[in-house]
Amino acid sequence: MSRSFSRWLLRAASLLLCLLFWQFAANGHWDLGLVTFANVPTPLAVVQAALGLGDSGNLARHLGSSLGRVFAGYGAALSIGVALGLAIGRSKWAEDLLLPPLEVLRPIPAVAWIPLAILMFPSSELSMVFITFTGALFPILLNTVHGVEGVDRRLIASAKSLGAGRRAILLEVILPGAAPSIITGLAIGMGTSWFCLVTAEMIAGQYGIGYYTWASYTVQNYADIVVGMLLIGVLGMGSSLLIKRLGGLFTPWHRPRGKA
Amino acid sequence: MSVMQTPEGRIDIRQLSIVLGQGSQAFEAVQGLDCQVEAGQFVCVLGPSGCGKSTLLGALAGHLQPRTGTLSVDGLSVSGPSPQRGMVFQQHTLFPWRTVRDNVAFGLKMRGLGKAERHRAADEILALVGLEGFAGHWPDQLSGGMQQRVEIARVLVNRPRLLLMDEPFGALDALTRLNMQALLLDIWTRIRTTVVFVTHDIDEALFLADRLLVMSPRPGRIIEDLRLDFPRPRTTELVTRPEFSRLKRHCLDLLRHEDGRQLPRLNPLGLPPETSLPRFAL
Repeated sequence: MSRSFSRWLLRAASLLLCLLFWQFAANGHWDLGLVTFANVPTPLAVVQAALGLGDSGNLARHLGSSLGRVFAGYGAALSIGVALGLAIGRSKWAEDLLLPPLEVLRPIPAVAWIPLAILMFPSSELSMVFITFTGALFPILLNTVHGVEGVDRRLIASAKSLGAGRRAILLEVILPGAAPSIITGLAIGMGTSWFCLVTAEMIAGQYGIGYYTWASYTVQNYADIVVGMLLIGVLGMGSSLLIKRLGGLFTPWHRPRGKA
Repeated sequence: MSVMQTPEGRIDIRQLSIVLGQGSQAFEAVQGLDCQVEAGQFVCVLGPSGCGKSTLLGALAGHLQPRTGTLSVDGLSVSGPSPQRGMVFQQHTLFPWRTVRDNVAFGLKMRGLGKAERHRAADEILALVGLEGFAGHWPDQLSGGMQQRVEIARVLVNRPRLLLMDEPFGALDALTRLNMQALLLDIWTRIRTTVVFVTHDIDEALFLADRLLVMSPRPGRIIEDLRLDFPRPRTTELVTRPEFSRLKRHCLDLLRHEDGRQLPRLNPLGLPPETSLPRFAL
């Protein structure tokens, strides 16, 4: 008990130390040669800027835009990624048909998609959703394929011996068997989709946290930049945590439990 | 009641050959095997590792296709897996995401039975294998012996004509194994079904079986067919009897004959899975 308390104390102290360093460096306009803190706002200024953003009423608008795009892009990536992953993992035919183009597209970073996405989609809104989608798709897809291929073939054989047909095998054996791996993919995908969204918003956005961060730079509101960055961090962390919690609810057997 | 029914579970194997592996790696795991098993008989198949006894079991279950020959149960040709031919593997294959009760009820769910009905049937069978209090547990919470009992219950809930067992107690410790053997015989007296039990443990085979088939190493053929008339119910005291020792020595001679060749273990699904590299760096 006291041991875990002292560990929490250490963690809090570590955070506090970072904040203190930031405060001193920014306040003193330290110039370390390679990197300079001359234009970095102090933590206090950032808190004030955050309160200002909350008062201005624009916060909800920025948050709403970003969250809407993430949910649309991530939702599409989830359904398409899991469906394609199940098909590729289950059938050699689907693998040969679908995997080669996907393997070529996979290494292309989401940022490189931005120019083409703007040209391809009628609205910048849709192109940003598409960028978010590409960011989340591959981690979800690959982890699903990995999970499906990792399902013990003896379990499939046993299910067949117990009278399961193709559909029952997919729903009762493959899907739950691959679930832990799919959930890992979903958690990673959530992180990358935020990452891609913010990049897209900086270039093509109107409203949104990424847009807010970049716009603050162009109008030289340096404290607002840090507010935007912290918001991105908190939102990304929160949604990944949410996915992990939801994943835990869906896979109760996967949690470590005591022996009977 | 069961006296009135025609006994089910008669096995007819004629000129059965099974080829495993691909291309130049292909080999005959079972060759020209002929065998008839009466309904309700307890048959043990004994043989060295890799001799094809598990392959034979896989073919009976319908997981492996014969190259030549026929295989039929009660006159019906075996063409694929069926709940009528239940299979118990050496390592349990319970679904980790289902509770013990739902695992046992799985076959009934596949048949479309309602929840209440299949849970009642599952609880009944669980009582038979001595696991009344564990219906709500996850499989990972049970010991190895208990997991195998659930596995047996899950197969028996379908009232199969054949109970196919691939070294089901091979991974258990010696004492648990003895208990499981006694439990299996006890269950078998209540649910009469044909049992084909594969093992490489001579004591186990002699203790359990009505009939003992000894197989030669690859390609697998039957080199001895023994009737075992030890009275039932059998107790552990049987293993110290002189006839038992005599038969054991006979089996040892048959198996020792083939010493010196170590073959890789086969399983009822064919060859052990290749360890291929993952295709993606995740």
